[in-house]
This record gives sequence, structure tokens and C-alpha cells, in this order.
Amino acid sequence: MTVLEAMRSYMRRDQIFEFLIPDIPPDLDLTHGVILYLDGINVSFDGFKAINDLNLYIEDGELRCIIGPNGAGKTTMMDIITGKTRPDSGSAWFGQQINLLEMDEPEIAAAGIGRKFQKPTVFEQHAVTDNLELAMAGDKRVWATLNARLNGEQRDRIEEVLQIIGLENHSKNQAGSLSHGQKQWLEIGMLLMQNPKLLLVDEPAAGMTHQEMDRTAELLTSLAGTRSVIVVEHDMDFVRSIAGKVTVLHQGSVLAEGSMDEVQNDQRVIEVYLGE
Amino acid sequence: MIIIQYLKDDRGGAFMLGLLVLTTIVIPVCNLLVPESSGLHISTYTMTLMGKYLCYALLAMAVDLVWGYLGILSLGHGAFFALGGYAMGMYLMRQIGSRGVYGDPILPDFMVFLNWQLLPWFWHGFDWFWFAMLMVVLVPGLLALVFGWLAFRSRVTGVYLSIITQALTYALLLAFFRNEMGFGGNNGLTDFKDILGFSLQADSTRAGLFIASGLALGLGYLSCLYITRSRLGKLCTAIRDQEDRARFIGYRVENVKLWIFTFSAMLAGVAGALYVPQVGIINPGEFSPLASIEIVIWVAVGGRATLYGAVAGALMVNYAKSYLTAAMPDAWLFALGALFVLVTLLLPRGVTGLLRKKEVTQ
Repeated sequence: MTVLEAMRSYMRRDQIFEFLIPDIPPDLDLTHGVILYLDGINVSFDGFKAINDLNLYIEDGELRCIIGPNGAGKTTMMDIITGKTRPDSGSAWFGQQINLLEMDEPEIAAAGIGRKFQKPTVFEQHAVTDNLELAMAGDKRVWATLNARLNGEQRDRIEEVLQIIGLENHSKNQAGSLSHGQKQWLEIGMLLMQNPKLLLVDEPAAGMTHQEMDRTAELLTSLAGTRSVIVVEHDMDFVRSIAGKVTVLHQGSVLAEGSMDEVQNDQRVIEVYLGE
Repeated sequence: MIIIQYLKDDRGGAFMLGLLVLTTIVIPVCNLLVPESSGLHISTYTMTLMGKYLCYALLAMAVDLVWGYLGILSLGHGAFFALGGYAMGMYLMRQIGSRGVYGDPILPDFMVFLNWQLLPWFWHGFDWFWFAMLMVVLVPGLLALVFGWLAFRSRVTGVYLSIITQALTYALLLAFFRNEMGFGGNNGLTDFKDILGFSLQADSTRAGLFIASGLALGLGYLSCLYITRSRLGKLCTAIRDQEDRARFIGYRVENVKLWIFTFSAMLAGVAGALYVPQVGIINPGEFSPLASIEIVIWVAVGGRATLYGAVAGALMVNYAKSYLTAAMPDAWLFALGALFVLVTLLLPRGVTGLLRKKEVTQ
């Protein structure tokens, strides 16, 4: 009987075979207004607890600054969100539906999380526009990439991002010839080309002049709202200038959370970080 | 059409292709139509030698595609070349038929000599040309696919990858040396008679093979040009320079590496298949690690990440090899070593790098 039924189910012409149904990842679901949940995350490297029961929630459209002394686990946290490091326990969700712990780096990038590294990493041998073209959202499989051509709309998008990051006069230059600050902006521009919903920005102001820092702060503030932005930064002045909510990490867990003023007056924060 | 566009921006490549078309026409004409008494006559020996160089050039280009553009230093590309060569060799062996020394209509000589009664299963089908040609690309491609899938998925990179490619070709060398493998052991496959019914000793067949080599090199160049100028090509150099960045903007780096590596292995297989009927033998020596390292030297001398540079490097070094091994046989390996050291120290962008530097300063 079962054989017959199985045969019948395979012969049904109003249905396609189960294995032919593509595995479509769930859409980003923001019904509760929270874009990122990190819950009870633990990571240890050779016995050293880099992340210790970390809980962090980022709201949709929020600009969040994360500060903390060296070794507080800021970069490890980014590694977990982007799929580079697997936590020992805990859960990480992007919106309500997307489980980040089940995905690898390209999948997470495609789902809408962009990451800027601490050191500016751009493709130095390529022109600025080529850097942006490579980062552009779209089908990134091998064959599609081989036959990809820019259409008018995509060119406009590249122009638009060039304007946003202020590199419109350098579009044909090699990325390697840009200044340190310009490379940082280009990398942020590459994130924008991906159309991410959440941007992770690691130390954007490191090694920048004051003018460059101001521009970067302006750029990041303008990005928040339509997207959520997490900024990890050491420079207090820079953090104050982009305001928003601040989270202090210490020894792999959240020590304090609140506005810059609240955080700065918190006794524990003063002890471990601000150090006075 | 887009290829023509690419060629317009690629003066070195266009020049090389022009030269290639010219030689592919002129040399067979000078060999076949110009009488031997004339000063313009080109001997069959020279033409075959040139054909061999063209195969090497195609092989060098395959290595350049993965090394120069993708940053994978393969020290085992000789293995793919040799596998393509063996596939062609097996076809040529089957064509000998009963004209072998032992006169067995089915079994090649070395099998009769080993007292084998039956043709091994993997020799079946190689009496058809189309099947053999399919194997010429499929066998190296499949090996590269499996090897690359294992290596790139585990994110083996840099010098470790180079070492395991070297180990791959060495393992194949040892395997092919064994008589039980059924590929003629130490002696390999030789004593070929004809290809597609044309005698391999005839000048016209030699000319045909030369033209085929030139054609393969030209088509190989155009397809590599298409890949390297496409967005995928830009992605390849991006992966070479900043692998993590490429991964975090959403590319499956291991798949890109896998497919380029496989394509390159197939090109190497084609080069091997054209090489074997021209030199008349394929033996396990082609698998030797030294042979694979030599290919890398050709590319380094010509200039990495320029396809025509790899071609130029292969032609120059092999011409020097032919000349030096005849004039001063003992000096060749020293010369090769010195060449590699000097190029690495003085010309990191190879010989063609000199020309390009001029272009940039203008």
C-alpha cells in the first residue's frame, strides 16, 4: 500500500518534488523592532573566556556604540555575528526569523549584515569603482559573476555611494593610492553597496585626522535610521560626537548600557575602563 | 564581441595573438610548401619543437591563471598536464592495433610483455577519439575538482596548499611508475603510429598538430582573457589580495577557487594531450615535482598576472633550455636556478613587467 501511495504521490502533477523546492532563507522579520539578539553567548579560546554570557539587543535603525578596554571581546563579538567564530553556547538571531549560528559568512552577508574591519581592507589593486562594483548586492555565484555586466541602474547606485562617501573625484584611482581615511570611507561605501540592514563598523576613526573623524561621524549618523549601525570604538571624543546609546563591554560581558553621560558617571565603568 | 573590446585594451595580448596567428600560418607553409633547398624552408624538427613550446605556453597560462590572478601557487600542475597526456597516449596506443612488436590486436605491447590476458577496464573506450578527447579534459578536471573541493573547503592556503599540490603530483609519479597501474610503468606509453588515421611520421600530420597547438593556445588565451576581464576576474585578484574582505561581502571564495582551479587543470590537460603526439612519448617523468616547479619558473620569468607574460616566459625559458642543454648540458640546472633567483630579486614582475613599466611612465 505504502509503495503504491509513494508512487501516486510522485506521479501527482499538481505538485513538484520536495527536493526540487529551493531552500529559501526566511526574510528579515522586524515585527518587534529588534534587529539583533545576542543571548547568553559564551566563547572560550583555550580556556580563556573571550565572551562570557553576553546579552545584547540592537533595535532597528539604532546607532549603537560599543566601547571597552582591550580584550573585552568586541572583535570576537563581531566575529560571532558575521559567522567567523562559532560560540560554545548561546543564540544569535537576526530579526525574529534568521538564526545566525546556522549560517556561514557569505550567507550572513547576503542576509544583510555588512562588516568593516579594524584595519581598512579594500582591494588595493582595483579602482575605487571596481571595489564598489564587487561589493554590490546581487547574485554572487561563480557563473553569474563571470557574466555580470553593470546596467544603468547599478552605475547610478555606484555614483550615489561615491557621493555619500565623498570619493566622487577619486572614482578611477586605484584603491591602494587613497589615504588612510579615504580607505576607511571606501570600505564603508562597500558595505553600503551590499544594502545591509545592519552595519558592523570596527574602529572607523582609528588613525584619522580630526577633520576626517568629523566627516566619518557625520557619515555614520546619516546611515543610522534606515539601517542599524554598531560602532566599536576606542576614541571617546568620537563616540560622544555620534551620541546614540553606548554599551560598555568588560571581560566578555555587558558592564553598562545607556547614554554617554550615564555611562561615564557609572562607578563600575570608571573603575574598569575610564580608569581615573 | 566583448572579447574584441577586451583585446583593444590589451595591447600585449593582441600583439601576442597576432604573432601566434602569423606563426601558425607561416611555419606549416614554410615546412610543407617551400622546397627543402630553399633558405626559407623550416625543418619538421623545428616545427615540432615549436609545437612543443606552444603546448608549454598553454600550460604556463593555466598556471598563471591560478597563481597570478588567484594567488594559488600550484606546484603540481604538471600532474594535470601529464594526465591529459596519458589520456591522449592511451588513444594513440589503441590505434597501434596489431602493428605492435607482439602483434596483439587488442593489448598494447607492455601488457603482452607483462603476460596480461585482458584489457583493463579503464582502457576501454580509448579507441574512440571523441572519448579520449573527453577524458583529456574530464580526468584532470575531475581530479582538480575533488582535490580542490577538499583543499579549499578546509581553507588550506599559501605554502601549505603548494606543498600538498606538490605531494599530489609526487604521489601520482610513484603510482604511475608501478607496472600494476596499467599505464606502462617506467617506460610509459610510446611507439605511437597514427592519429585519426594519419601517420604521426608524416610532415603534414606534424603540421596539423602544430596548427592545433597554436589554435588551442589562441582559444585558451581568449577564454582566459574573458575570465580575467570579467567581474569574476576582478573578484579573483580581490581574493588574492584580501580573501576575508571578499568573503564578508558575500562571495563563496572556495567556489571561485574551485572552478578557476578546475578550468586551469582542464587547460593543462589539453596542453598535455597536444604535447604527447608531438614528442611521441608520455612517461611518469612528467609527473615529477621538478617539472611542475619549472612551469612556475616560466610564469615568474614572463611575469605573473599577465597572460601573455606566461606565454612569453614559457617560450623564452624553453628556447634557452633547448639551446643550453645542447651546448652545455651540465649548466642547464644551474642556469635555471640562477634565472629564478635573479628574476625574483630583480624583476618581480617578470620580463613583461619591464615593458609595462615603460607604458606606465609614459
